[in-house]
Amino acid sequence: MEHDGMSMWSTFAPALPEMVLAVISMGLLMLGVFFRHRTVELVNTLAVVGLAVVAVLVLMSGSGTVEAFGGVFVVDALARVMKLLVLFATAVAIIMSVQFLRWERIERFEYAVLMLLAALGMMVMISANGLIALYLGLELQSLALYVLAAMNRESGRSSEAGMKYFVLGALASGLMLYGASLIYGFAGATTYAAIAEALKGGENIGVIVGLVFLLAGLAFKISAVPFHMWTPDVYEGAPTPVTAFFSAAPKLAAMAVILRVLYEAFPGVSDQWRQVVVFMAIASMLLAAFAGVVQKNIKRLLAYSSIGHMGFALIGVAAGGPEGLRATVFYLIIYLLLTIGTFAIVIAMRRDGRAVEEIEDFAGLASTNPGMAFGLGAMMFALAGIPWLAGFFAKYFVLVAAIRADLVVLAIIGVLASVVAAFYYLRVVKVMYFDEPKGAVSAMPFELKLVATLSVVFALAYVIWPQPIVQMAQAAIRPLIQ
Amino acid sequence: MAIGLAHFLTVAAILFTIGVFGIFLNRKNVIVILMSVELMLLAVNINLVAFSAHLGDLMGQVFSLLVLTVAAAEAAIGLAILVVYYRNRGSIAVDDINTMKG
Repeated sequence: MEHDGMSMWSTFAPALPEMVLAVISMGLLMLGVFFRHRTVELVNTLAVVGLAVVAVLVLMSGSGTVEAFGGVFVVDALARVMKLLVLFATAVAIIMSVQFLRWERIERFEYAVLMLLAALGMMVMISANGLIALYLGLELQSLALYVLAAMNRESGRSSEAGMKYFVLGALASGLMLYGASLIYGFAGATTYAAIAEALKGGENIGVIVGLVFLLAGLAFKISAVPFHMWTPDVYEGAPTPVTAFFSAAPKLAAMAVILRVLYEAFPGVSDQWRQVVVFMAIASMLLAAFAGVVQKNIKRLLAYSSIGHMGFALIGVAAGGPEGLRATVFYLIIYLLLTIGTFAIVIAMRRDGRAVEEIEDFAGLASTNPGMAFGLGAMMFALAGIPWLAGFFAKYFVLVAAIRADLVVLAIIGVLASVVAAFYYLRVVKVMYFDEPKGAVSAMPFELKLVATLSVVFALAYVIWPQPIVQMAQAAIRPLIQ
Repeated sequence: MAIGLAHFLTVAAILFTIGVFGIFLNRKNVIVILMSVELMLLAVNINLVAFSAHLGDLMGQVFSLLVLTVAAAEAAIGLAILVVYYRNRGSIAVDDINTMKG
């Protein structure tokens, strides 16, 4: 052997957090299988502890850019920030699930294990520096998510959600893979750096076609129009904490991949992909704004809301440059924190032991459960982007970036779409505050109350101390603009 | 006539298109959708191997082996979800998958 132990280790070391997470999830799977009785709480607790350990490992992975496995895996500031956010979202999703799974009698230890595997897949795709690692990470994430959507085996709606997600997800990964094969064939390489190098000699129609296929597959993962069809049905059918997870972590991871692919592998053909991204941004914002208006189910409403928010985040991708990229990452962080809080309240919404999902049934919540009504109201205002709540700044920065990048039409459509979207957010507030009460909903369990309270405080008080998140976004995009 | 890269790419493109149409036009059975997905992935594999031979670069063949592995896992999960779905509904006809509008 040419390699001695130390140098062998140094090529693997950057992937230490992923390896630890893989071992933890497999260990928990063993634990659950061998000790059948009363392991659910233990596995859930250990899963959250494990995520915290992995987060610490990510934090301790130093600074600067390190590559591993011959350059197909990279750890840089973007990867670190996005991985921390994904780990945070996964841990919060597990914590928010505990009570809900008990209510629905679907407590299973596999749940937390699948969450960990999905988080592992996301970490791999965030760090992927080539098409192969990207595909493997994306599939690990998707396969775990398909099963999570169908987690409630007794429920027809949940298995239908899993089914739809699986079929459309498999189609999307097929499209993505076909694109990857064309890119490989016409650029002659699979790593991003080598693809960028190959494109320096001039654009190549085969690569462009491949890139469009690749973008279609990734657009599916962030549910950007025209690849959004699965979102409302899957959001409605999946167990609510799973929906909360879907709307947070995978969106962030897929967006990180889009940023990395477009700005590291294909900066040379930005004129071509910018049109595609602009189209997806406009279509997502408009469709979400108009289709959201007629929704009666809060989970479907939040599905359209997430489509619209991804449209806004894509504005920053289209604008590009330090300002646009920072706006996108900033938007994603704010969106993540707001959506988690919203879902914490939606999960807790139960009356007579049944989940309350129809918006009509929130009527008069302000008089029966003032705390919850205030919380959900605040989240709705923040998601709508009312000044000076957190969501306003997210929208403000992407729109400013678009105007600076001469995408004025895009910015105007964004403003109009957010005005229309405000209607459906405010309708929820109107139902809660001005309609005849329909009876109280059950009190919120402690952990959901905690998550919701922190999120509401964040939404309301963000304006007081905006620096940390701006700096985080600034740090994350540094590798992309060099 | 020598068989060249273009022929392989054409076959792969045709197979891929049949796969995509199989998903959208099929109104009968979910199993057919699973088969169509496999067809798409195999078309990709033909592409990868053809490019790999053409470029004289092994990476494409490595990629196609990984794709095969993942496709197996994907089929297993798809069938598992299908079984759960069938237990709830007693049918796997595509037209019946419409409890939720959309």
